[in-house]
Amino acid sequence: MTKTNNQPTGQAPGIGASQIELLEKLCNATAVSGDEHEVRQIVLEEIKEIADEVTVDALGNVLATKLGRGENRVRVMLAAHMDEIGFMIVNKHEDGLFEFERIGGIDERQLPGKSVLVGRESLPGVIGAKPIHMTTAAERNNKIETSALRIDLGPEIGDRVKPGDRATFATRFEVIGPSIRAKALDNRLGVATLIELLKHAPEQIDLLAAFTVQEEVGLRGARVAAYAFNPDMAIAVDATPAYDLPHWDDDDENDRYNTRLDAGPAVYVLDAATIPDRRLVNWLVETAQQAEIPCQLRQPGGGGTDAGAIHKVRSGIPSVSVSVPIRYAHTAVSLARLDDWTSTLKLLHTALGRVTPDLLAVERRD
Amino acid sequence: MIDLLTHLKEMLSAAGLSGFESPIRKIVQEAWAPLTDELTVSKIGSLHGLKTGQGEQPRKRVMISAHMDAIGMMVTGIHDGLMRFTEIGGIDHRILPGQLVTVHGREDLPGVVVQPPAYLLPEGDSDGPVEMKYLLVDVGLRPDEVAQKVRVGDIISFAQEPLELTGDAIAGHTLDNRVSVAATTLCLEELKSREHHWDVWAVASAQEEETLGGALTSPFDIRPDIAIVIDVCFARGPGSSDWRSIPFGKGVGLGYGPNIHPALFQLFEDKAKELEIPYHRDVMPRMSGTDAMAIQVVAEGIPCMVLGIPLRYMHTPVETVSLKDIRRAGRLMAAVIADLAPDALEHIKWEE
Repeated sequence: MTKTNNQPTGQAPGIGASQIELLEKLCNATAVSGDEHEVRQIVLEEIKEIADEVTVDALGNVLATKLGRGENRVRVMLAAHMDEIGFMIVNKHEDGLFEFERIGGIDERQLPGKSVLVGRESLPGVIGAKPIHMTTAAERNNKIETSALRIDLGPEIGDRVKPGDRATFATRFEVIGPSIRAKALDNRLGVATLIELLKHAPEQIDLLAAFTVQEEVGLRGARVAAYAFNPDMAIAVDATPAYDLPHWDDDDENDRYNTRLDAGPAVYVLDAATIPDRRLVNWLVETAQQAEIPCQLRQPGGGGTDAGAIHKVRSGIPSVSVSVPIRYAHTAVSLARLDDWTSTLKLLHTALGRVTPDLLAVERRD
Repeated sequence: MIDLLTHLKEMLSAAGLSGFESPIRKIVQEAWAPLTDELTVSKIGSLHGLKTGQGEQPRKRVMISAHMDAIGMMVTGIHDGLMRFTEIGGIDHRILPGQLVTVHGREDLPGVVVQPPAYLLPEGDSDGPVEMKYLLVDVGLRPDEVAQKVRVGDIISFAQEPLELTGDAIAGHTLDNRVSVAATTLCLEELKSREHHWDVWAVASAQEEETLGGALTSPFDIRPDIAIVIDVCFARGPGSSDWRSIPFGKGVGLGYGPNIHPALFQLFEDKAKELEIPYHRDVMPRMSGTDAMAIQVVAEGIPCMVLGIPLRYMHTPVETVSLKDIRRAGRLMAAVIADLAPDALEHIKWEE
């Protein structure tokens, strides 16, 4: 359906030491939905020299425009959410102990025994659990409710932490073998990818980069960003779970893996929030095949990305999502393969280099 | 002068699961070498440090027992590059998902404990805690590499980095019982500048969390006249508010119950009062859950005292302790030991 063209696509990006270093900085920063300050500052610093125009909008989105050259440039919006799941302090108790609420979809079974960083000062704290010695076997059959947990900041915390402060898992970024182990790979991988795409933007399109806020609590940033940009098409760049683990019964097969590590970027065909535009799905898959870039289709199912908001803005915006497969999203420790990130960047860069008005000239079809 | 935090952090960085204590033993050996006259390793792996007393021969012997072993896990199987495991020591499976760990394979491999999604588990309560046998460890390597580097029986340690909280509090894994080893180091350091009649045998004991094997065997080698067992005790905090817990960071626990000789309790209480070291009577109606359970019944029986450093969130990777209480414990032990008269044993008697 798309014509292969040989327009200049700018220098091809890759993942090297400086990209990994940037990802490390992004993952270790705190940006719980509604308080994306730290990541926003890193993004602004990285893109200020590259983009033609950079603004921070009313919700805190960073909107960056990189104009191309020539006639009939397609306006392509790329959205990567800056925010991460985390916590808000909601009540102060005695003895350095604080009650907290979850922000975003966090399984409460992932909370006991974790270290956290609290507030703009990133003060270290821990979420403890009752000693096993004091529990009964019956008690251990039930999960520990969030309401029974506290963040402990030590006896002399005083007034340095107060209700309203955000907190995040304290996990530090590490490269282990072929993998990255970090918190918030969902979606700092997307943010880092989008920064690289801005730095290597193909020249035949206008690249409209939205570093969005509040994705984890309702796709709020993406909605207003899409309105402001008014693009011809949009791609949400995100991270999606790889549930490619063994079945407990070795004889049984795991046929609900969503995505798999080592299989390349995941192109969405259906999730709980979006029925992606098939023209864009095909464009991505064909690009991957022709350029011999690993790529997988995300199994149709639940979940959602910024595309869920974007495709319904104004009179509708053709949208699709591309995600880096990651294990253990929305926990203290997520894990991704460097190769999958590299392929994601490569696929998006190559595909953007092939965008022409022809891509959207035909009506939406299957 | 030993810097407590540095010493403690160094010990926390070393593995040393029950039965596999050599990494921690090496660090304690280095710390105790300048503070003792003789260091030996027992057949079961406990470290014995002798600090000779200045009294006349034959000198009485006091043994300090601080277990150095840690709780952790062991690989039971490998599936698609992910490991199944079992526990060493008592671990509540509900604190495991999402924990940073190190798998000690052919090389040390950083990893994470994984809770698989419900549809990969047997039918049941999909929202409830996942049993330990269904949890996995992922070291970020592909299956072929895992097969080369890991095998059944490899041990797995917690890898949570220690965190400094406010008010001299520190959080991390294995503070149970490295804080007591640290307190013993402080005690030995203080005794360097003080005369003491008795021989002091400092023991970093092995296998407390599984078999009490160290505590059962070291007294047989040493034959102490009395023993001071130092371990962590429950500090008041979330989920831990009844009589079993004492306040956090507000003084050491003096154990009181059948594992403890009442005359030794009295000795410690009097000394704490005299020095104005804050303490709490830590009642242990049946047993203390410490090395004292073993030491007390070695050979013809040994009078024991149990000293506790209050700790929150026991047996999780974010155990929390106040450095103040570690210092207090070290100071109190040194003061009691330095003041043991040559004939002190005559007063450690029943019905006195």
